[in-house]
Amino acid sequence: MSIQKIHVKTTINGRPEEFLTDPYVSLLDALREIVGLTGSKEGCLDGNCGACTVSINGKIVDSCLVLAAEVDGQNLETVEGMATADGLHPLQQAFLEEAALQCGICTPGFLVAAKGLLDNEPDPSEERIRHWLAGNLCRCTGYENIIKAVKKVAENS
Amino acid sequence: MHPFVYAAPSTVKEAVEILTKHGDKARPMAGGTDLLVQIRGGRFDLDMVVDIKKIPELTSVTNNNDGLVIGSAVACHQLYEDDDISKNYPGLIDAATLIGGIQIQSRSGFGGNLCNATPSADGIGPLIVHSTVANIQGESGTRSIPVEEFCTGPGRNALGKGEMLVSLSIPNKGKGFGAAYERFIPRNEMDIAVAAVASSILVGSNGKISEARIALASVGPTPIFAKKASDFLIGKEANEASFKEAAAIAKSECSPIEDMRGTIEQRQHLVEVITLRTLNKSLERIEG
Ligand SMILES: Cc1cc2nc3c(=O)[nH]c(=O)nc-3n(C[C@H](O)[C@H](O)[C@H](O)COP(=O)(O)OP(=O)(O)OC[C@H]3O[C@@H](n4cnc5c(N)ncnc54)[C@H](O)[C@@H]3O)c2cc1C
Ligand code: FES
Ligand code: FES
Repeated sequence: MSIQKIHVKTTINGRPEEFLTDPYVSLLDALREIVGLTGSKEGCLDGNCGACTVSINGKIVDSCLVLAAEVDGQNLETVEGMATADGLHPLQQAFLEEAALQCGICTPGFLVAAKGLLDNEPDPSEERIRHWLAGNLCRCTGYENIIKAVKKVAENS
Repeated sequence: MHPFVYAAPSTVKEAVEILTKHGDKARPMAGGTDLLVQIRGGRFDLDMVVDIKKIPELTSVTNNNDGLVIGSAVACHQLYEDDDISKNYPGLIDAATLIGGIQIQSRSGFGGNLCNATPSADGIGPLIVHSTVANIQGESGTRSIPVEEFCTGPGRNALGKGEMLVSLSIPNKGKGFGAAYERFIPRNEMDIAVAAVASSILVGSNGKISEARIALASVGPTPIFAKKASDFLIGKEANEASFKEAAAIAKSECSPIEDMRGTIEQRQHLVEVITLRTLNKSLERIEG
């Protein structure tokens, strides 16, 4: 079967981006292998680990469960958009200070997910943070330092 | 993933034409949180995925005094981010806030949950106790069925060839109505129910129950509308004593299996406990 490629026009981290993709390619694979943004990670490929979390039009999603073809005309944010010329995003800084990562494979997903929370709710309770991050798994840290880091940013904002 | 073509029709009519033409080789995709996992797992061998989110009617919610109409591709967050819907449809909101995590709730919704028809689906019991009607369209026209008749077996639904779910209509029962959904899972989040119950009651100014619905999940081949337990409550006082009796009847209406998640006895026990809890919670929500 010959399948035509799809032309996708989107905005990623504020910059217009166009690419060609096969229709059965996930957004995660398109980001990593076509666009060259390898910050989003592949953990499970079934929506459980959240390592592939990106935001589409301000909503966090697992990019392994989105087709690249779907994001035509949408506004994406990935972990690559968090740091600016002025330095790290406050969440990234707090993750470093609180030792909220060890191997780091889960970190981009946690950062994008936590940003999704703080962008809408600058002052969440610890319970709310834990609930919000339930779709992200970490095999190394035991979560405590991740929660601490997010709380720290919320308290300082 | 196995190669397939991506179609994104802009009308229901167009989607139905594509689905009719391709039969088993095409499937609608709402949030894709079941479908894409299933395609990766090799459950379907598809030539085409039909993204229904570009059909405006299917991603919109209409909420007025008479009730709520949810397009079949509306995502969970669209419901719980609306204060009015959250107030009037508490059973649905209980489910919308616990399906997966936030990432899943950004994409998945009640339409996909219902069509996927798993016995453990968290959305279906709440739809049943909110007296939901499923609106279906196919080549030969439209039809509507009560949601309790939609699931026909594990992973099987009442849709015929080329038919798709268009929307879910949910009546607004107004003052005196309360509903609740709870599931038992070993973790706090992100898990599949061992047993779950949705309940709703409509209570008149005389304190008597005029309508009641109880639905059970993960304790049979499909979500179960517990009709005997529901009917028992009609005309009874809305209090713990009536709820206890109804819970015992609900226990007799489930037909669980034993698997790695739980034994038959445990599941029957859970049905009784959670039925009582969700009825009490429904009443609290009316009074609160
Ligand atoms: C990590 C994870 C956690 C999850 N947790 C839960 C949970 O806690 N509780 C729970 O109940 N489920 C859970 N699920 C399963 C899934 O998210 C839900 O069933 C969800 O509601 C499906 O909605 P969707 O829009 O993504 O469906 P889709 O995947 O788009 O569709 C599901 C099925 O229905 C068909 N379909 C979709 N729309 C239509 C239509 N309009 N007409 C006809 N057929 C249609 C599709 O072809 C497919 O077969 C989880 C899934 C993941 C990946
Ligand atoms: S890789 Fe997407 S959720 Fe795990
Ligand atoms: S730091 Fe290793 S998985 Fe989280």
